[in-house]
Amino acid sequence: MSVKIGVLSDFAFRALKANKMRSILTMLGIIIGVAAVILMMSIGQGAQQQVMSRINRLGTNMLTIFPGAAGQFVRSGSVNTLTLDDVEAVHRLPGVQVAAPTVRSSQLVTCGNKTWTTSITGTTPEIVDISSLTLERGRFFGRSEVNGAATVAVIGQTVYTNLYTPGVNPVGTEIRIRGEAYRVIGLLQTVGASSGGSDQDDVVYIPVTTVQLRLLGTTDRSINMMQVQVAGQDQMESVQDAITSLLRKRHRLNDSQEDDFTIRNMAQLQSEAKNITGILTLFLAGVAAISLIVGGIGVMNIMLVSVTERTREIGVRMAIGASRQDILNQFLLEAVLLSLSGSFIGIIVGIAGSKIFSAFSGWSTVISFTSILIAVGFALLVGIFFGYYPARQAARLRPAEALSYE
Amino acid sequence: MGTVSRHDHPLVDCRGLTKVYPLSGVEVHALRGVDLRVERGEMVAVMGPSGSGKSTLMHIIGCMDTQTGGSYLLDGVDVSNVPEKELAAIRNKKLGFVFQRYNLLPRATALYNVELPLFYAGVTGSAAEEKARAALEQVGILHLADHLPNQMSGGQQQRVAIARAVVNDPLLILADEPTGALDTASSAEVMGVFQKMHEERGVTVIIITHEPHIAEFCRRKVTLRDGRIISDQPVANSASAGEEALQCRSKSAS
Ligand SMILES: Nc1ncnc2c1ncn2[C@@H]1O[C@H](COP(=O)(O)OP(=O)(O)OP(=O)(O)O)[C@@H](O)[C@H]1O
Ligand SMILES: [Mg+2]
Repeated sequence: MSVKIGVLSDFAFRALKANKMRSILTMLGIIIGVAAVILMMSIGQGAQQQVMSRINRLGTNMLTIFPGAAGQFVRSGSVNTLTLDDVEAVHRLPGVQVAAPTVRSSQLVTCGNKTWTTSITGTTPEIVDISSLTLERGRFFGRSEVNGAATVAVIGQTVYTNLYTPGVNPVGTEIRIRGEAYRVIGLLQTVGASSGGSDQDDVVYIPVTTVQLRLLGTTDRSINMMQVQVAGQDQMESVQDAITSLLRKRHRLNDSQEDDFTIRNMAQLQSEAKNITGILTLFLAGVAAISLIVGGIGVMNIMLVSVTERTREIGVRMAIGASRQDILNQFLLEAVLLSLSGSFIGIIVGIAGSKIFSAFSGWSTVISFTSILIAVGFALLVGIFFGYYPARQAARLRPAEALSYE
Repeated sequence: MGTVSRHDHPLVDCRGLTKVYPLSGVEVHALRGVDLRVERGEMVAVMGPSGSGKSTLMHIIGCMDTQTGGSYLLDGVDVSNVPEKELAAIRNKKLGFVFQRYNLLPRATALYNVELPLFYAGVTGSAAEEKARAALEQVGILHLADHLPNQMSGGQQQRVAIARAVVNDPLLILADEPTGALDTASSAEVMGVFQKMHEERGVTVIIITHEPHIAEFCRRKVTLRDGRIISDQPVANSASAGEEALQCRSKSAS
């Protein structure tokens, strides 16, 4: 004869209700623990999501190539090992979807009586795909305008707001860069801040050849950076290897020489960022889990007091037919019930806390089902673990002994 | 009148029962060889001075403790070989306990307290409530079904305890000083309930008591001293507790 779980749950529930204040205080430990785990994990996962989405915006199947050896600090323009011809050669490699060069130059831009200093980016039309640019008005420049080093410009939103009165259509107007007139042919949509925090809308795109000829006045066709979009993420490694050997051959490097360029692999960066933010989440959850364990010790403490206090009751229950198993189950259920109801309140507090934190700090937080599952699962485990010892103490009593306990 | 029925074996059969408590190195001999047979339908008072081993004997008879030596058969079964789980079932179904201090669950109603043994027997819901109400009716306090223990007098609480003890139709009721905390009138009333159970249900009753007066309500008187039975005799003209209770009440009313 073993008593049904429903009946025992009722016994457990009545026992907890009989000592309401104490039950609530015990639950408080679990509530704080569960809420802390959910809150901390939501902060960690929020940070992870934010970092990942920024990296994803850069493109995960992207390789970025800089002139100069790895680890060598390169001031733009000081190392001229990467050229437009390298870009064209890389473009022809199998597995490469598009490749675009970048040459940067900071210049004063004028429009009417307004001026603005910004980064002039010389590039080719391929950048539209690579940087996922969308145009609000007008168009991007084409291949023929690159070949002809045309004086055309596509401007970002920040440049627009600083040079134009709101509502004015900039397409067809003229701006001056270093005194020379450029026709504005397109206005970009807002992009937002980059992962580095720089304003990606503060930009003017003009053909790469135009930058080299008119702004830098060079003919060596050297560039600051090459961005390569690879056909598939599984080809990242092989394409990276192919580019390395191609560029080494083009730059006539022998085996003893180091690469005179650096390739940054976005997929690698992504997995590293994922690792780091994952560790952050784990660390935060771990700290919160400690409070949950402290809550569990609270449960054990109260259960032990309860067993001592209710020794006579245990004796009476045994006298009227409770087996040791029934007593054990009832006390375990009391611990589980405490942890469970504490968990449910903790979930609500945790979610609310996470929303409040997000509202006040401006950080984004992510509440995942997994974090709730982990928090509640851990709370239950803590409840059972710390409830078992007192429950076993209760069940171990000899009926006669328990009955005559003072 | 309860009838003593002759089975092929007595309900309670103790032979040479001993119980030794190890108490911080010293051995306490609570029972030193007790021979006691109780037939079905008997109503026995167990008397003796404090420390003579009455409670110890009751715990062994009630399957709540085991003897150190000798043998004990309950309804022909040597319970020292019965696994714990079945002992719990025996306590639930065959035995009913009544204690000096009532031992009701303090925050539960009279009804719930009486239902409790049924819950452990797997009876729940309206079936349990019906049986519990019937038991409360039998002890005369059905109108207090929804009262909490602290809303009842000692005598009423003890009657709830008796209802709890009989709700599963036990063979044997064991009561350890059930009137020890009650005044004369309430004592008589509680003894009246025991007599009623004994007579109407034919249940066997063993009552431990200090008071010779209470023993007079039983049919047989066993006296213990220092862990041994020193006398075992029938009660010549057992008193009717019901009548005495009436007398007490009218006396206090006048
Ligand atoms: N758990 C125990 N450990 C040690 N000694 C015990 C224990 N229980 C009882 N005793 C001892 O055994 C002896 C008999 O005790 P028991 O409780 O059976 O006496 P009793 O006749 O019921 O006394 P009372 O009338 O005071 O209730 C006593 O000397 C008591 O001190
Ligand atoms: Mg005693």
